[in-house]
Amino acid sequence: MDNSPKTENSLTIYPFVVPNLLISYCCILVMPEKQRGRYAALAIAAVVIVVGIPLWWKTTETYRAWLPFSEISELDSLQLQLSVDIEVVFSRGTLTPEQQKKFPLSHVNEKEHQVDVSIPELLTSPSTEADLSLHMLSESSCGSVVVYVIPESSTLLPEDVKVYVGQRRTALLRSPPFKTSWNLKEVLSNLDVEVEQVVSTMSFGHQDIVAALSNRVRMTKVTKESMADSMRAIKSSPGYEITFSLLNPDPKSHSLHWDIEGAVQSYIQPLLNKLAPIANFSVDSQILYYAVLGVNPRFDNSVSAYTLSADSLSHVINPVEARLGSNAASSNPVLNFLLYVPDAHHSPLFIRDHSKRKVPSNAFHSPRWGGIMVYNVNEMYGPEAERPVDININMAKVMGVFLAQLRLMLGVQHTHPPTGFVLQSPGSAGLADWELDRLLWSRSVENIATASTTITSLAQLLDQIGNIVINDNIAQQVSSAVTSLQSAVAELEAGNLAFALQYSREAILASERAFFDPSLLHLLYFPDDQKFAIYIPLFLPMCVPIVLSLLKIVSEAKKRRADKQAKSD
Amino acid sequence: FRLSSLIGHISTCPSLIGQCCQRHPGSVDEFQEELVIRPLHSGDIYASFQFRTLWDTDFLQEGQKVSHYRLFPKSLGQVLSKFSVRELHISFTQGFWRTMQWGQPFIPSPPGAELWVWFHDTVSDVDGNWKELTNVLSGIFCASLNFIDLTNTVQPSASFKPLGLGNATDHRFLRYATLPREIVCTENLTPWKKLLPCGSKAGLAVLLKSEKLFHSSFHSQAVHIRPVCQDEQCTSKAWELRQTLNVVFDLYTAGQGKKEWSLFKMFSRTLTEACPLATSSKVYVDITDNPELFELSPATPLLSQAVVLGDRRTYSVFDLTRAETFGQLRSLNLLLRWKGDGGEMLRPLLHAERYVAGFGLQTGEIHTVIYNNHPYRAFPVLLMDSVPWYLQLYIHTLTVTSKSRDNKPSYIHYQPAKDRHRPHLLEMLIQLPPHSMTEVTVQFERALLKWTEYTPDPNHGFYVGSSVVSALVPSMVAMNTNFTQDQPLFSSFVPVKEESSYFVRVYTEPLLVNLPTPDFSMPYNVICLTCTVVAVGYGSFYNLLTRTFQVDEPSLPLAKRLANLIRRIRGVPLLT
Repeated sequence: MDNSPKTENSLTIYPFVVPNLLISYCCILVMPEKQRGRYAALAIAAVVIVVGIPLWWKTTETYRAWLPFSEISELDSLQLQLSVDIEVVFSRGTLTPEQQKKFPLSHVNEKEHQVDVSIPELLTSPSTEADLSLHMLSESSCGSVVVYVIPESSTLLPEDVKVYVGQRRTALLRSPPFKTSWNLKEVLSNLDVEVEQVVSTMSFGHQDIVAALSNRVRMTKVTKESMADSMRAIKSSPGYEITFSLLNPDPKSHSLHWDIEGAVQSYIQPLLNKLAPIANFSVDSQILYYAVLGVNPRFDNSVSAYTLSADSLSHVINPVEARLGSNAASSNPVLNFLLYVPDAHHSPLFIRDHSKRKVPSNAFHSPRWGGIMVYNVNEMYGPEAERPVDININMAKVMGVFLAQLRLMLGVQHTHPPTGFVLQSPGSAGLADWELDRLLWSRSVENIATASTTITSLAQLLDQIGNIVINDNIAQQVSSAVTSLQSAVAELEAGNLAFALQYSREAILASERAFFDPSLLHLLYFPDDQKFAIYIPLFLPMCVPIVLSLLKIVSEAKKRRADKQAKSD
Repeated sequence: FRLSSLIGHISTCPSLIGQCCQRHPGSVDEFQEELVIRPLHSGDIYASFQFRTLWDTDFLQEGQKVSHYRLFPKSLGQVLSKFSVRELHISFTQGFWRTMQWGQPFIPSPPGAELWVWFHDTVSDVDGNWKELTNVLSGIFCASLNFIDLTNTVQPSASFKPLGLGNATDHRFLRYATLPREIVCTENLTPWKKLLPCGSKAGLAVLLKSEKLFHSSFHSQAVHIRPVCQDEQCTSKAWELRQTLNVVFDLYTAGQGKKEWSLFKMFSRTLTEACPLATSSKVYVDITDNPELFELSPATPLLSQAVVLGDRRTYSVFDLTRAETFGQLRSLNLLLRWKGDGGEMLRPLLHAERYVAGFGLQTGEIHTVIYNNHPYRAFPVLLMDSVPWYLQLYIHTLTVTSKSRDNKPSYIHYQPAKDRHRPHLLEMLIQLPPHSMTEVTVQFERALLKWTEYTPDPNHGFYVGSSVVSALVPSMVAMNTNFTQDQPLFSSFVPVKEESSYFVRVYTEPLLVNLPTPDFSMPYNVICLTCTVVAVGYGSFYNLLTRTFQVDEPSLPLAKRLANLIRRIRGVPLLT
């Protein structure tokens, strides 16, 4: 009787393999039949639960590679710390000798603006040249700002000018009056307000950062203007296609010639070269014939010209866009610039703004899409001229408008300096170094925000839908995006703007590639009811007897216990 | 030797009418348009549009990106430079060209979509470029070219040679694919028209109205891009984009048996102007059979003669760039009235057809029949067949017979298929005896596909693309004994070389083959049946294991009890 349960156990492990043996054993066993049946049912249930269910689970599960969910959820609560290297240079005569002795000293102010102090000589030359020579004097790295403090009495700047911002990353600051008894720390803290103003002009202000984060945070405290700026600028992308199109709706009367190649070389390319760190640009052009605007301009007797009102401009683009064609060679966003030469019967054509005034540039732009300029040619030939009339388009006039629109689209925003600030005009490149820095700051922040949004939403999606297969290459893209994001955030914290931008671009690329990977779609729509329809013919007849016999065993056990209690009572 | 000479001839492209060479000085690109109308003997009308853009630039020049476009469409230019395409030919065809009734078309094309591309020899990953290119083209032309993959792409070794500049013979850079199932409709025509500089707003393209074009017996539109010489010395390259559209109208049945047509009847438009950007804009009407057969109005004094496809034809020319063409009404509506029944048509010298023979769903036989109708000249043809992998060809059963005698091909290039990776490619150079019928047969076995590989309507059958017959056909001009026709005697004794033979490509019908098709609810049925069997076995087994058996012990009979009593006394085991 002692070893009988043992034998029973050893038998039930192989119930399917040796049924004959089992039955013959059963006959020999001395154990009560009832107990044997109970053990058999329990053993089968155990086999089903221990072996069957895990086996089924393992063979039907989808492959899901490991993703760094914890790091992604950290990214979700994005905390950016931007730091700008500011070098404050005191020119000779600004500080007393006692104050000079106290260097080197560096302090971090409450806005995380690091301030280093050193005292080189300052040349006293007219300001434009000074700017260049100052630049030569200290080669400032991308993203940093050098503030030269000049004595209050200096004649370098005109009387009412407090701060002069140069083409490079330098600014001249007229020092406020110091007490000679102050030590350097006090002098610096006295300068804090001015330095902060300079930085918010030359690097970034609160509004710029909020605008750059606009697709992550709710716009509540942003001014309407910076909102409009951020909506106008095309989204950050690793490359842009710029397409110039000349629309000639009337090739019968006008034979138009434009030297687009030369114009791009002399007007657009310098700006694009300057912007090369931000993205790759490719420029092309085409001429479209018989392309018409979507609205019929109205004839205005008072000026004897056709006019397009500001309200109708929104209907202009759609029919033209069908002709423009998409770029077959790349999937980068396209910026379209259209030069529309109205046909002979609808010339001249002018655009009017909301207050019914003629727009001087005769051009308008559509946010994140491009710009359209109307170019009237009716004055260039007489009524008796032989058709078609050869017309050369004045590219300087056209490119001036398109360049301004391009700057808007790329997010080179108009800065509104505080009073007392003078900004040097950006020169031939069309873009000052510090303007580029401003762009880099907001682009890095925007890239980081976009990439982290993409990654978090992808993680959320994968978390919610368990059927999606996550391949190894997706996991790899996600992790590389996360590492790039982390390094970008770290570089921003350290003030290395160039590296931050580079990492943020890598992060965007990797995150987009992971998000749009076609393999994510494979099992997305494999519905549960189908699965059950397939499994039920097997599972139902298998599970019902097991469950029933388990229930029976439980109820018997209960009954026996009750009997025992009754007996002991 | 024969093969090499043939290939050499094929690479010099057939010169088509209207390929005039007057160029505007100073302009780097130019555009020409023309329409050829040919009344067919069957009573149908064949209209063939050609739009040609020529640009003196080189898309494949190192380090210099072409990015400023005028007449050449930007989308195609970008495709050429991005994928380093040297030559691109794409055609979309609805309907089948009936060679025996209609004669040879100007530009032949197989039913469905056909794409063949020569890549520049600097391309390292040709297959990758090809895949991406087909995807981009399917976007540009709104067609399902993205269904082109390695399973229907072949690299013909001899049949498709570059038509433009360059003497590349390395067919590693060639890709050829057909989609015989592709349906061509308005959505393909609209993007095609958008590539024209004048769109469909002016010039000949105003006639291209889809409601008329697709109400026809045959419709084929194509785009051919190739590099050509800029001048006679051929010092620099120019790129030629040729957009063609061929359509055959069945006006005979539509017009209640009256053989009468006009531009307005065909296209529901008339012509009013040339495209202002075109350097030449002409309408040609084939009046070779005039005046015995039909009458054309308005009459035009301009006549032009050209040798087209080995036949000397006469054309009336209407130059749309001249104001007098349009007359008083300022519109040109050509009118043609047939006078009697069409006479005997000269049989096309080369003709091919194809069909599947056999019964059942296991094996079959592909028959390709090629006719040489020339009365006394034999000529070689290149036959190219691309058969999908699911028809497993038995290449040892390949037979070529002409005039019931075995005809041994002088060149055979066979690339066997790999299941799910590559189709069969069979190329043969066959000498066709004069006035003969040559039959090429090969047996095949139908493969069983995986159940996910079947198309949504598997019982419709599976298409096999047309076979391609390429040949240099002896010219009919040389056959012509009637030399008196405005031709001096001294010029006609020895036939001029370019007139003595001409290049022809003939496409056969695509095949529709039935494959063994399973019952697609089968997997579920199998699952259910197996589960039921397993469940029944399991149930009875479970029952056996867990059911408690109790034996009702009946009381022993009296004799046994007595015996046991004795046994107990004796100490012997008891009876049960």
